[in-house]
Amino acid sequence: MDRRDLAWYVDKTAQWVIFAGGISAIVFIVGIFIFITKEGLDFVLGPLNLGEFFTSIAWRPTSNNPTYGALALIVGTASVTGFAMLLSVPLSLGAALFIAEFATGKTREVLKVLVEMLAAIPSVVWGFVGMSIMHPLIMRIFDVPLGLGVLNAGLILGLMAAPIMTTIAEDALKAVPDAYREAAEALGATRWEVIFKVVIPASRNGLLAAVLLGVGRGFGETMAVLMASGHAINIPTSPFDSVRALTATIASELGDTVRGGDHWGSLFTLGILLFVVTFVINLTADIVVRGIRKK
Amino acid sequence: MKRFFPLVALAVAACGGSDGRNQRAVIQNKGSDTLLNVAQAWAEAYATVNADVAVAVTGGGSGTGISAMINGTVDVANSSRKMRDSEIEAARANGVEPIEFIVGYDALAVYLHEDNPIEALTVDQVRAIYGEGGPVTKWSDLGVAVPGCGSDEIVLVSRQNNSGTYVYFKEAVLGDDGEYKLGSRDMHGSKDVVDLVENTPCAIGYSGLAYATEHVSMPCISSEEDSDCVSPTIATAVDGSYPIARPLFMYTAGEPQGAVKDYMDWILSPAGQCVILERGYAPYTETECT
Repeated sequence: MDRRDLAWYVDKTAQWVIFAGGISAIVFIVGIFIFITKEGLDFVLGPLNLGEFFTSIAWRPTSNNPTYGALALIVGTASVTGFAMLLSVPLSLGAALFIAEFATGKTREVLKVLVEMLAAIPSVVWGFVGMSIMHPLIMRIFDVPLGLGVLNAGLILGLMAAPIMTTIAEDALKAVPDAYREAAEALGATRWEVIFKVVIPASRNGLLAAVLLGVGRGFGETMAVLMASGHAINIPTSPFDSVRALTATIASELGDTVRGGDHWGSLFTLGILLFVVTFVINLTADIVVRGIRKK
Repeated sequence: MKRFFPLVALAVAACGGSDGRNQRAVIQNKGSDTLLNVAQAWAEAYATVNADVAVAVTGGGSGTGISAMINGTVDVANSSRKMRDSEIEAARANGVEPIEFIVGYDALAVYLHEDNPIEALTVDQVRAIYGEGGPVTKWSDLGVAVPGCGSDEIVLVSRQNNSGTYVYFKEAVLGDDGEYKLGSRDMHGSKDVVDLVENTPCAIGYSGLAYATEHVSMPCISSEEDSDCVSPTIATAVDGSYPIARPLFMYTAGEPQGAVKDYMDWILSPAGQCVILERGYAPYTETECT
């Protein structure tokens, strides 16, 4: 018999709350996509010239003859993220290998806590480090006119992305069953052979997912990049050149822009571009991770 | 971040000041971030002049303030640029005749690193440095070697493209159809520009005179090749001899009445003008302050 007493209501409420929590992510992501598309749509269908958007570097939305060339912003984001990955992929995969395969006992626990603490540093603090410590340091060491650029922002972003990549990569390495390692050792493999020929191939999907999530993190980071990149519309030809990221452009220009105008719409168009790119990166990471589970 | 502080300060002032004995008139004042410090200082000082009137100041940018004034949600709009024709039309269409007050001047200084030997620049030179197609990209093009700047490259420091400072500097130096060179470092605040120039020997920047520090140099500017070179000071901004000084505006919806009229009259009085002087901007007319 179905008795509608207190326990029944508690049960139903709990069910409902958990269901709402479960689908909220979907609701939010769809809501955000609809919102940025709605704000950007008038611009995309109206004044936007796709050829200019992707091939011109002239981002002059407030000029008397406005031009909306986003090439330099796209290249800026890509170069900073790329540089960050060059630095952080070997660093964090190395760290994950050490924590998962070599470190034991206290060392391991301390390292794990430290890596997680590194992930908790707010991005504006990283930006501050880039601006006030790295900027004069880079100027002095390399004798360049300005220390704000791809190198500075890439280093900062690399350090920001490394903890997430390390944590996920370590989980992937730990997920390799010990039986694999034991079997390899039984066949006479050395420790390096176990890691390079057995553990890494077995966990490569997870490692790839870790790298992709790091890329996604780098792509979406705003404040630290805004402060450390120099925020200059420029196609970089050396690591010391200043660049400007898509995210930083939105952050710095949206505040004083007339709501609903072309400039407003163009910034939301940058938002749509960012959303699509990060969505694809995360989706790829997800599909790759699913690949492991099926095995 | 900055724009929240006045709000908090005002909320506190409003609560602390109202004793409930009489109904206080509230003047809503909104707009330019350049004018925000001054507007806030005026509001605070006016509280001691007329305790029956509270002035609520918020920032948000010149455009935001003007559209709020057109829509009737604020009494006074602050603006670091003149109202555009399109905005005046929009106001008239809404039955509002905007009245303009020039409440002071802001001299935009050109900032250089303190080791930079340049002491004088012409407007043409500044245009050649900042303007699209301008030939000057190295300090040696101006005939100087800057100590600490081994690469000789001029590092351009500018502002984000919707700031009033960016717009005014473009009008005054590059001309109506001029464009900035791409590749300048676009800072997000007047103070950020000065900070970066202070730390970078190769850099040149522009920003309000109010943001000057001891560690940057400000060359004098001459409007023509053979005209006098004028240093950016409050005095030269007041008498109009400094070529890159802009008026700061307040707009009311129609001729101000009652409390708003008293407030505007007080701002333009010597007492109000000494407040703007204290904040590092120039009064709209020569004013004796102690």
